[in-house]
Amino acid sequence: MNDTLLWYTTRGSGAVSLLLLSAVVALGVLSAVRFQAPGWPRFLTAAFHRNLSLTAVVFLALHVVTAVTDPFAHLGLTVALVPFTSWYRALWVGLGTIAMELIAAVAVTSLLRRWLGHTAWRAVHWLAYAAWPVALVHGIGAGTDGTADWMLAIDLFSAGAVVTAVVGRLLGGRPDQMADARARFRATVQREVTR
Amino acid sequence: MNLFDGPDPRAGAESLADHERRLGPLAPARAGLIEAIERSGLLGRGGASFPVGAKWRSVAGRSGGPAVVLANGAEGEPLSRKDQLLMWARPHLVLDGARLAADAVGADRVLLYVGEEHRSAAGALARALAERPAAQRRRFAMVAAPARYVAGEESAAVHFVNDGVAVPTATPPRPYERGVEGRPTLVQNVESLAQAALVARGGGAGTVLLTVAGAVQRPGVVEVPAGTTVGEAVGRAGGASASPRAVLLGGYFGTWLEVGEAWRLPLDPAALRAAGGSLGCGVVSVLPASASPVEETARIMRTLAAESVAQCGPCFFGLRALADACGRLAARRPEPDDLLRLGRWSAEVRGRGACRHPDGAAGFLQSALRVFAYEFAAAAGAGRRAAA
Amino acid sequence: MTISIDRTRCAGHGLCAELLPELIRLDDWGYPIIQPGPVPEHLAAHARRALAACPALALRLSQQTPRFDSGTSQRSSRR
Repeated sequence: MNDTLLWYTTRGSGAVSLLLLSAVVALGVLSAVRFQAPGWPRFLTAAFHRNLSLTAVVFLALHVVTAVTDPFAHLGLTVALVPFTSWYRALWVGLGTIAMELIAAVAVTSLLRRWLGHTAWRAVHWLAYAAWPVALVHGIGAGTDGTADWMLAIDLFSAGAVVTAVVGRLLGGRPDQMADARARFRATVQREVTR
Repeated sequence: MNLFDGPDPRAGAESLADHERRLGPLAPARAGLIEAIERSGLLGRGGASFPVGAKWRSVAGRSGGPAVVLANGAEGEPLSRKDQLLMWARPHLVLDGARLAADAVGADRVLLYVGEEHRSAAGALARALAERPAAQRRRFAMVAAPARYVAGEESAAVHFVNDGVAVPTATPPRPYERGVEGRPTLVQNVESLAQAALVARGGGAGTVLLTVAGAVQRPGVVEVPAGTTVGEAVGRAGGASASPRAVLLGGYFGTWLEVGEAWRLPLDPAALRAAGGSLGCGVVSVLPASASPVEETARIMRTLAAESVAQCGPCFFGLRALADACGRLAARRPEPDDLLRLGRWSAEVRGRGACRHPDGAAGFLQSALRVFAYEFAAAAGAGRRAAA
Repeated sequence: MTISIDRTRCAGHGLCAELLPELIRLDDWGYPIIQPGPVPEHLAAHARRALAACPALALRLSQQTPRFDSGTSQRSSRR
């Protein structure tokens, strides 16, 4: 009974994590394009992005802990830390490990943003764009529900949200005139530093 | 004691031997030099007119390692010629002043920051430096400043030396606190240093270098006693070449004054401040009555906008918008609110950049709107009449 | 407590103006204009929240008056 509970929790929390992560990525894109609408100020996007990401991390933690401690699957702690060491579907589970570690990096650096500084934080934050597709593929390949109808529906919905947001950003993004002008100006005042 | 005493400055620099024969050798900085500079009332000649003695004292008092002196000969102001001429004709005075400053603030490095476009000046400084004994030469290094307006700003100069990019940095810390290599750095205009070298030899800070430009017979650099009036300074350049309408004091970073209020105005800080102007980098440019003040203002605003580093939104967008609006007014095709916008945007842009570039541009434009109120109103009205 | 902005980092996101509208408004291009002077006690918590929310980490709160940029357009002319 306990085993089944752990197993169901692993699958359920995995699916929820994916949904939440997809929403987080979409909200991150909305943040970057300065989305706002009547009744939806920009700080709301930022607040949702942050709160949902923390919730996603909680569900992700639940997913990993239950998977690792489930005696039926007996995956073990190493599987959660070192990719591709699982006896069971090594590739797909390994991708999950990778996604989890990328997300952990993004989360930790975001919590410590004020002490890390903007540049370091931003560099690590880009890894979110790598973590999300890896998590999606992990879900399809590693889970026993990977190809179940309801799981595919979740995958489709999640992918739809993220792809729409990203494509929207790539196509509709306003060109940053100041960034272009800044780069052109810097080129005229930049010289090799001689000591 | 004047900077350009001795041989004709147009003939170039003296040798070190002639320089020391004429002025006497330079005594090393004694205790009390900073007090002497303070007593002389010497003000900085780079544009801010900040008291030189106070600046040396603030750097001397800091901990954080031996200091650095950066002699600022970037001279990015397009109308100004005085620093180039001074470095070319009296490089030994500049070097003397830099040495004194270094001794006074405890600096072990002196950087000669010369605009890369001022090749003759840089050459003269380099030759003068080569004449110095090795013990003196060791502290010095020459740095070629990029030829942009903002390269002479003090944090931009420091940033260039540290990282090879001449753009201003946000403050705090200011260079006198943490500058080159994180050390307290004295950034001082070359004319200020040369004047200090005269003060140390018993002279006063009695003269000022001006670049007289615009509608005058003999545009160029003149050295005048402090308190000389604008009209007298223009007279030293041969007088106006056409009926004057207004005077631009301080260059693109400066302010316009009506010829009536300007002509008898003494070029000393208190009088200038009372008249709403400042000496800035010493440019005195005469606008003839035949010129279009709106076009002239628009031209200068376009230059100032193009010289924005584009680091700070208010400066990049604000100056461009101001320049565009001025351009529309100059072309007699204004939008209905352009004149109002000029007033609002120039007030809003002040103090909202990392450096004083937007402040200078705003001050310049606001003085133009005051002095040329009639011409600007006429240009704005032209749009209304055309639309009617 | 006073607010200052690192103008080289500010990218005009505008969250500060949403969270502290009593003291911060946006110019025509979305960049903040800050009221000069100290932050009133009752707004201190909102100011701290605005500082944390800035995506570019451009806002600073200092306990003494900044020497240079206080982000204000109300500076009286020195001329």
